[in-house]
Amino acid sequence: MTLLLKSREAVLFGAIIALIVVISTRFPAFVAPSNLANAFNDTAPLIILALGQMAVILTRCIDLSVAANLALTGMVVAMLNTAAPWLPAPAIIMIAIGLGAVMGSINGFFVWKMRIPPIVVTLGTMTIFRGVIFLISGGEWINAHEMGENFKAFPRAIVLGLPVMSWIAIAIVALFYLLITRTPVGRAFFAVGGNPDAAVYTGINVGRTQFIAFLLSGMLAGLTGYLWVARYAVAYVDIAAGFELEVVAACVIGGISIAGGIGSVGGAVLGAVFLGVIKNALPVVNISPFWQLAISGSAIIIAVAFNAQTQRSKGRVILKKAEHAT
Amino acid sequence: MSILKKLLVSASVAAALIASPAAADEKRIAIVVKALGIGFFEAAAKGAEEAAAELGDVEIIYTGPTDTTAEGQIEVINSLIAQKVDAIAVSANDQDALVPALKKAMDRGITVISWDSGVAPEGRQMHLNPSSNPLIGNMIIKLAADHLPDGGDVAVLSASATATNQNTWIEEMNKVKGNYPNINVVATVYGDDLADKSYREAQGLMKTYPDLKAIIAPTSVGIVAAAQAVTDEGKAGEVNVTGLGLPSEMAGHVASGASKSFAIWNPIDLGYAATMIAYNLATDQAEAKPGGSIPMGRMGEVVLDETNAGAMADPFVYDSSNIDDFKDIF
Repeated sequence: MTLLLKSREAVLFGAIIALIVVISTRFPAFVAPSNLANAFNDTAPLIILALGQMAVILTRCIDLSVAANLALTGMVVAMLNTAAPWLPAPAIIMIAIGLGAVMGSINGFFVWKMRIPPIVVTLGTMTIFRGVIFLISGGEWINAHEMGENFKAFPRAIVLGLPVMSWIAIAIVALFYLLITRTPVGRAFFAVGGNPDAAVYTGINVGRTQFIAFLLSGMLAGLTGYLWVARYAVAYVDIAAGFELEVVAACVIGGISIAGGIGSVGGAVLGAVFLGVIKNALPVVNISPFWQLAISGSAIIIAVAFNAQTQRSKGRVILKKAEHAT
Repeated sequence: MSILKKLLVSASVAAALIASPAAADEKRIAIVVKALGIGFFEAAAKGAEEAAAELGDVEIIYTGPTDTTAEGQIEVINSLIAQKVDAIAVSANDQDALVPALKKAMDRGITVISWDSGVAPEGRQMHLNPSSNPLIGNMIIKLAADHLPDGGDVAVLSASATATNQNTWIEEMNKVKGNYPNINVVATVYGDDLADKSYREAQGLMKTYPDLKAIIAPTSVGIVAAAQAVTDEGKAGEVNVTGLGLPSEMAGHVASGASKSFAIWNPIDLGYAATMIAYNLATDQAEAKPGGSIPMGRMGEVVLDETNAGAMADPFVYDSSNIDDFKDIF
């Protein structure tokens, strides 16, 4: 099993390299280290959200409210910043994570305690969160000149050659890797998604585990909300519209099974990077915008088809003797 | 997604219904915008309210979908037909997709006009352009040329590749670019009116064309995103971002030097004029016919061409000298 996953990440990694090589034949400057660093930084929000979504998908759920959560948190912290410009960036980040956690736990609560299917819950909260942005902002934009310099500068500050936003993504990948592979909660995600009935017998609370997954996804969406608004220096109702589908796509491309229980941190990261490379390459390779959509879509379908092939369960012979006895 | 849109749309329409107690002799004019929450349309709504106050017996229903889709607008229009409003003034997300719904409205005796972004002639009685398309096309390239005495490479960052008005302006711009011989338009890219995609496209332009001197973005989301991308790239002052934007959204970027100047018509005037026209048509005080003219209050009158379309006024240029006067208005 581990071998299969490893080889699958290797395949995806190979595909990304091949993609970059193809792009560089059309636009050589794409492979310049500074440009690749730029593309990685641009992909950081997708990586962070894909990790949260991965935890949710592992437990056989889905979180469609991440982009709306991001937008609402972004709007709240942007408004907070205009009202209280003295708040330092770390405080803003804590507030953003806290807000995201609240929204994530709303999703988790309905899934856990009310037993409502996650797709229905998050479709509803997604609408509600976007609606709340209207209510609090009155439809107004928060623009670059209304935001404090500190607020905008933090994710852009360069540390050891990379912007802080990239470092945050790297730190979260590392933390998530530890969480998934080294903690009981991480194992519980797989157990709950792989076989919920069996998970109950091993003493795992299925609903609670799903709640934790939604909580994590919400916290990461909140964090990304601040990073997004600070980076693009604008907050309005529609920011990151449709981004939730891109996040789910990154997970699917990364080999996280929509049926739950299968996936890895490396896969989610590579899936996000794969989409990030495509998104950053399309503007420079001079392709018609109509083809751009078709290309992004095809990449997803090919990845899913590939997953369906490799994930087909082969069945396992557990009683060799019995098999040969007849 | 579509379930979500329906929910949002019916919620917004329901809100509009609750907020509007029906008065028997009042003319109810619906202002349907591309999407709620866009500063430009909020300002137009203010102008519509101003016209309503001036006219006295008019009630404005300001509504629209929550994202810029034709499907969302069709839902809104169908709800308005059910409410039996007197007039619908729409800024369309799609030139053709709205036609059947609007035809249905006209069949029920509702006055239908389009403004800002038009619908095909069979789907409306008249169309009010904020300015004339040739004037805007000329204006956006002139804005770039004014700050490039020695000429240079410029690129266009548009909204979506199917956006009606952006495409028309770019077409008109291409017609007159011969008048600016030093200006070399190297590319047209599409940011889909999403901040992140527009930002990425602007970055792509600067990478692909290292000698780029200006980015023309005839869209309010695109111009802000491009200005931010130019600032982040450390090229403020080197690459001039210009086009069409809102003073409140561009104030910071004019101050930083990323944008030297940009233009926009006055959306307050536009909402005002659309309301006046809708009122005059709904009350039979004027008729929409080729060559005819319709009064629009303090904005004078609009003269219609052979497709029943007319222009309100010239776009207005904003730069560091006047932006502070306007940034708090819209």
